[in-house]
Amino acid sequence: MYSEKRDTIAAVATAISDSGIGIIRVSGDDAIEIVDEIYRNAKGEKALKKYDTHTIHYGFIVEDKDALIDEVMVSVMKAPKSYTTEDTVEINCHGGILMVRKILDLVIKAGARIAEPGEFTKRAFLNGRIDLSKAEAVMDIIHAKNEFALRSSVRQLKGSVSHIVKELREDIIHEIAFIEAALDDPEHFDLEADGYHELLLEKIRQTDRQVQGLIDSAEDGKILSEGIHTVIVGKPNAGKSSLLNVLVGEERAIVTDIAGTTRDILEETVSIGGIMFRIFDTAGIRSTNDVVEKIGVDRAKKAVEDAELVLYIMDSSVPFDENDEKILDVIDGKNTIILLNKSDLSSVVSEENLRSLLSDRKNLRVTEIIRTSMKDRFGIELFLEAVKEMFFHGDISYHDEVYITNARHKEALQDVHESLVQVEKSIEDQMPEDFYTIDMMSAYASLGKIIGEEVGEDLINEIFGKFCMGK
Amino acid sequence: MLQNRVQTDVCVVGAGHAGCEAALACARLGLDTVIFTVSVDSIALMPCNPNVGGTSKGHLVREIDALGGEMGKNIDKTFIQSKMLNRSKGPAVHSLRAQADKAEYSRQMRKVLEQQEHLTIKQAEVCELLTQPYEKSSESDDCIAAKRVVGVKTYTGAVYECKAVVLCTGTYLKARCLCGEAITYTGPNGLQAANHLSDSLKSLGVELRRFKTGTPARMDGRTIDYSKMEEQFGDERVIPFSFSTDPEDVQIDQVSCWLTYTNEKTHEIIRANLDRSPIYAGIIEGTGPRYCPSIEDKVVKFADKDRHQVFIEPEGLHTNEMYVGGMSSSLPEDVQVAMYRTVPGLENCKIVRNAYAIEYDCIDPRQLYPSLEFKEIRGLFSGGQFNGSSGYEEAAAQGLIAGVNAAMMILGKEAVILDRSQAYIGVLIDDLVTKENLEPYRMMTSRAEYRLLLRQDNADLRLREIGYKVGLVSQEAYEATLHKRELIRREIERLKHTVIGAAKENQSFLASHGSAELKTGTSLAELMCRPELSYEILGEIDEGRIPLPADVIEQVEIEIKYEGYIARQLRQVEQFKKMERKSIPADLDYNDVSSLRLEARQKLIAYHPVSVGQASRISGVSPADISVLLVYLEHYKK
Repeated sequence: MYSEKRDTIAAVATAISDSGIGIIRVSGDDAIEIVDEIYRNAKGEKALKKYDTHTIHYGFIVEDKDALIDEVMVSVMKAPKSYTTEDTVEINCHGGILMVRKILDLVIKAGARIAEPGEFTKRAFLNGRIDLSKAEAVMDIIHAKNEFALRSSVRQLKGSVSHIVKELREDIIHEIAFIEAALDDPEHFDLEADGYHELLLEKIRQTDRQVQGLIDSAEDGKILSEGIHTVIVGKPNAGKSSLLNVLVGEERAIVTDIAGTTRDILEETVSIGGIMFRIFDTAGIRSTNDVVEKIGVDRAKKAVEDAELVLYIMDSSVPFDENDEKILDVIDGKNTIILLNKSDLSSVVSEENLRSLLSDRKNLRVTEIIRTSMKDRFGIELFLEAVKEMFFHGDISYHDEVYITNARHKEALQDVHESLVQVEKSIEDQMPEDFYTIDMMSAYASLGKIIGEEVGEDLINEIFGKFCMGK
Repeated sequence: MLQNRVQTDVCVVGAGHAGCEAALACARLGLDTVIFTVSVDSIALMPCNPNVGGTSKGHLVREIDALGGEMGKNIDKTFIQSKMLNRSKGPAVHSLRAQADKAEYSRQMRKVLEQQEHLTIKQAEVCELLTQPYEKSSESDDCIAAKRVVGVKTYTGAVYECKAVVLCTGTYLKARCLCGEAITYTGPNGLQAANHLSDSLKSLGVELRRFKTGTPARMDGRTIDYSKMEEQFGDERVIPFSFSTDPEDVQIDQVSCWLTYTNEKTHEIIRANLDRSPIYAGIIEGTGPRYCPSIEDKVVKFADKDRHQVFIEPEGLHTNEMYVGGMSSSLPEDVQVAMYRTVPGLENCKIVRNAYAIEYDCIDPRQLYPSLEFKEIRGLFSGGQFNGSSGYEEAAAQGLIAGVNAAMMILGKEAVILDRSQAYIGVLIDDLVTKENLEPYRMMTSRAEYRLLLRQDNADLRLREIGYKVGLVSQEAYEATLHKRELIRREIERLKHTVIGAAKENQSFLASHGSAELKTGTSLAELMCRPELSYEILGEIDEGRIPLPADVIEQVEIEIKYEGYIARQLRQVEQFKKMERKSIPADLDYNDVSSLRLEARQKLIAYHPVSVGQASRISGVSPADISVLLVYLEHYKK
């Protein structure tokens, strides 16, 4: 359920990058108090609260009261004269991804939460700071930012992590359903049955341990995959898997997934010239020989939907046909590099006639057509150069969202942990069972946030699905 | 043509549990009210289970009572066994359930109706709603209704002109009963169905759908061998449903119910005859409730279970008939006989009434405002199974609210809308008018997110005041509630400020109850939070205690023991209320809100939520859409 929190929010106001400075903006009733926890002035004093509005101060960010983290400039803007009309503090720190993240982490730890997409703007508007004539624009920003965040947060989550989260959720909802079924139909289901409480306590502890494992992974940034979302498409036998092998072999830099868990999406992370690429191929697509005919255009479309870069590999020794047309339909509008592969064989498709075939398609964004031979490793260098070039030109880019997503997930996991601790406490304190499910439900909802699932009628469906209820 | 024309204020169509509450509410508020029924003998009929209350339903009955409704009082007069369920669980899930003497329940309710001033009972089938185009009362009137209701017409041609109509048609609209291959076009219990009103509603643009429900057989009690069953007794000390019933008046001699089980043999017979079940043969088109599955459904869906519970419950004191809870069915009569006779104790049973399934027309209640008024037809309200719910209590709760709001509309007062943090009734109605519901809706405690606050024990403290302001609760009853609240407040204060020292006698008192000794002075309230201690136990060391009524002590104990949890829910409620208070103008054109996602826009246009809070609960409306909506509303206000 949506709730309009009036709490203090924080976000990185600049793009997270390796150079320049970074600005972390904190807004809300407790903004000054929160930053005061982690800021010391040049004399080493905790002094933020006594500064006047619209002043800027040199000082340090500290962790655990005295460990110096960074040298910063902090500006204080008191309500109502700030962008959001709330108390606002901006921390100007040294740039660099790690430093900016570290400081944001500290701000969160001190009591702020990560801002929702577009939330600064929304607050500014709702507090009357932004002109009413801009309402339309404000709504568009909120809309666009949320759409993007929603898509990217699910997209960035590692397959294995989302799998674990789903399993944990299923376990939790099952236990809630059992308890609720028993509360609703007490003559039918017995909670007093032998050792149920001990069993539940053990299950909750087990779940909590897994959640803490995920929190640790999130601390290390291991629950998300970073990199440019890249999808390989092509007709059967065009050389898709050879390309993947070449890319993977090229740098020997596969970032392996957490072992022993099912992966529904085949995903390799490869570093090319220091740039991370997440190369996708659904397992189904790879095991089948013909994407277009057997799996169907829809499936290919789905694979390409979120791609930032498409590598379209064509066999230059076979004629351009309707299957190629279908692929072109699918990759319309996506940044694409076409690899005319098998240049070692006699070619029936040349670069020139391909260009003329493509000229009708106005939305197609083919930046390069490169002749390659995966077999002879011909053209690979040229191709890698082209990819790097696209990156530095800004055609494709890193997004800050990975970090933001990570922070959000961490926050959600922390909530899950707190709820589970509360459940453990209720069980240990011998509270009645109906108290457990309140916090179990919160844990379930928080886990859902990570994988983009709402609670809806889940509980009712689980109760009726698993337990024979009523007279 | 000569016609009987009658002028009245309100017409209530149907005299089941919803209709009775609706009609009584309107009449008690001084409005001339006519209640229509196809059979006066079926007023407040209980065509299915012989109980009132049960988990979460007991809450509803207490809330109805606190608001000034009749159901609680009526069951207190006519119950034959009563139990507080879930006593060993937390106070939020304690629920009262009583076995009713069905005929007596019906007769008593009829008597109440007959004695009610301003109320007329009329046996007639209403077959047409009369409407006129709605004309806005003023510039600022944002009502989006196209029509307004002006009366009803009966099958015999009589016209009742009125200002409001409350539809409580239960399972009677185009009803069809199925028992195997035998199909009858009747309402429950062989009563006449209402076959004409559906068409009138459709022609007014009301969308109808089909739901289904079922009931088990009734046995001749003389043919049941109870020695093979477990006896189930009522509580030793009965707690009444109504806050106005004197607890001493309900300490009666109670009857027993009986528990037995189905077995593999029963299941075999059912499986072998599934092709003759109208549901599995595809003859039934309506959707049934998952909460009350037929025995066929249980056997098919839970194939791994080797037995299911069967409750044998008396239908009343003056009849031999016994209700077979847990075995509703639409299998043919011969299969029913064979199936029931496999159950221990029922080997020689004779069936008085066959089990059957019933199918009927009802609405998707998202056509209603939370006031239970139709969005498109001013003055038309509805409640009960017609709204897609199941159960007597759910029906009565809606009937009460629909009736009250019909009256409020006529009296020019603001509608009474209970929200999810105030009452189970609020949860029930909000779920119905907001969420997609594909089966008859049953109340459940897990549906109430603030259930620690919505306890059956504090329904009076939550709702008496609202009932009083509406005009259904007497000054006297209201003042009694105020007095109770004051006693609770004072006692909690006293307990929080009475500090117990670490004196020797206190330590030995604690030790005797297995409680840790005190290191420093501790308040009685803090001691009460220990699981092993209670208000009663602490009486020994509580010198300043004065005698208090049991219901006051109960509240004191709950509020102290669960203070942390209660405080947490209260904070959540605060957040919730903020969104509920942001109302959305009825005539808002969502097409002007360009940044809404398409799905959200379609849903919002279709269902016209009254508040941002309600909008946020519509599936397909995301938090981002709500942000956009908030921004738009801000813009719209200026």
